[in-house]
Amino acid sequence: MIHAMPHPAVTVILAGLFLLLALASLAVAALRHARPQRDWSELSARTRSWWVMLAVFSAAMLLSPSLSLAFFALISFLALKEYLSLIPTRRADRRVLFWAYLTVPLQYLWIAQDWYGMFIVFIPVYGFLMLPLRMVLIGDTRDFLRAAGTLHWGLMLFVFALSHIAALLMLPATPLAPAGGAGLVLFVVVLTQLNDVLQYLWGHALGRQRVLPTVSPGKTWGGLLGGVATTTALAALAAPWLTPLGHGMGAVAGLLIGLAGFIGDVVISAVKRDLGIKDSGNLIPGHGGLLDRIDSLTYSAPLFFHFIHYLHY
Amino acid sequence: MNGPINRALRWLFFNVLVRGFVLLALGLSVRHRERLPGQGPAILVANHNSHLDTLILMSLLPPAQLARVRPVAAGDYFLRNRWLAWFAREIIGIIPIQRGGAGHGNPLAPVDQALERGEIVIFFPEGTRGEPEQLAPLKKGIRHLALHHPEVPVIPLWIQGAGRALPRGEALFVPFFCDVAVGHALYGQQAGADWMERLKRDLLALRDSLPPLQWYQGRVDEDADR
Repeated sequence: MIHAMPHPAVTVILAGLFLLLALASLAVAALRHARPQRDWSELSARTRSWWVMLAVFSAAMLLSPSLSLAFFALISFLALKEYLSLIPTRRADRRVLFWAYLTVPLQYLWIAQDWYGMFIVFIPVYGFLMLPLRMVLIGDTRDFLRAAGTLHWGLMLFVFALSHIAALLMLPATPLAPAGGAGLVLFVVVLTQLNDVLQYLWGHALGRQRVLPTVSPGKTWGGLLGGVATTTALAALAAPWLTPLGHGMGAVAGLLIGLAGFIGDVVISAVKRDLGIKDSGNLIPGHGGLLDRIDSLTYSAPLFFHFIHYLHY
Repeated sequence: MNGPINRALRWLFFNVLVRGFVLLALGLSVRHRERLPGQGPAILVANHNSHLDTLILMSLLPPAQLARVRPVAAGDYFLRNRWLAWFAREIIGIIPIQRGGAGHGNPLAPVDQALERGEIVIFFPEGTRGEPEQLAPLKKGIRHLALHHPEVPVIPLWIQGAGRALPRGEALFVPFFCDVAVGHALYGQQAGADWMERLKRDLLALRDSLPPLQWYQGRVDEDADR
């Protein structure tokens, strides 16, 4: 079971993030003051949204473990809803989508019960095999493969992959990792989000060569390498405090999170480009939709979970 | 509408259940909320594909306005049994009208009275729920209302996605994001011969201002298009 009281390291990290955000807000205010002729509205909206997201995330992490699980289940549900609202679906499949939504509470129930075996096969095996059966019962074969494929892809990313954050939360505290699951969640979530910001900042500072010009023209080698290097360094520093990893393996985890975050980002970019849209929605002012914010976590959370699970649990 | 218990139930239903549902299950996003009327009298005119439409439109207005918001609905459908009639009249607060000219006199007289009381009236000029994201021919009633009340703003709205979340003839709700686009007010003073055309044009322009919903074709689709 998870501890009812948050470990001091968790509280300190969250407080540090509020301080960092306050500094960032001051920097944005200073920029506005120095160059009032430029349009800072998007950057301001983005910073304001960070305040809201950090406040909600902190409340979910600090108040109670069951609240944290419910919070991550809600994120999965909202992400899946955003995805299913964006992609083309078949009118015939409304009832299939209803069952697809039902996988969210079940997946998080397995996690709450600490039932690792079910958590790891529920979507890849049972969901994968049974949802097409429900589609066959409806009897419409046109676009069957496309509909089944896109639905499963969404379930894998936004239910299965994202639920690894909640699975990290359930990992027990050990002498090597007294901050427990909450420390691991904080490690991967904060580093992934910082990695996004760092890649953006490094890209602005020295970005020239584009990494994937046809998928995400904004991503440059300067941003990618600078961001990943900084994330790796931060991970090496924070790992002994929040995780069972030492400085060395912490750096490896940071490299993994930085690269995985980048891949998640560009994969969702490719989806949006395929659908011909810029943002996945307008849930988060200045950022776009929820998928625009959690895209990198869909890759970094499961990869970090299995890295740490293999090494220590 | 009367009775403090019904009033309290109506308040709870809209401000707790409906608002929570619209926020979480629909994730409603509203374009040009500032074009909504601050107070009555006003007529909100929207496309109609789902029972959710009324709830969505009522959730757009501030809680303080709730007591003055009245959706116009078909009496023959919503008053067909005692419990539905109680829910429709007391909780939703509908103004029942008779469709198809079955009654005597002006079927829209109760709507006239509501506007004279300064209420915000929700009106679906297609007359019934149609196919998602398609506009059926508009009935003339809305033009009569606008002519009788030339000072009352008629605000066109387009609701997208509700016909996918809960279409006509389906009892199973499936969560989908919904969008609402609010248009500029039209007034009865401008009601020339082409007023209905303008309203229709405005509604379709609002529809086109939203990102298109994408569907795979599928066979059921063709059946629906017959």
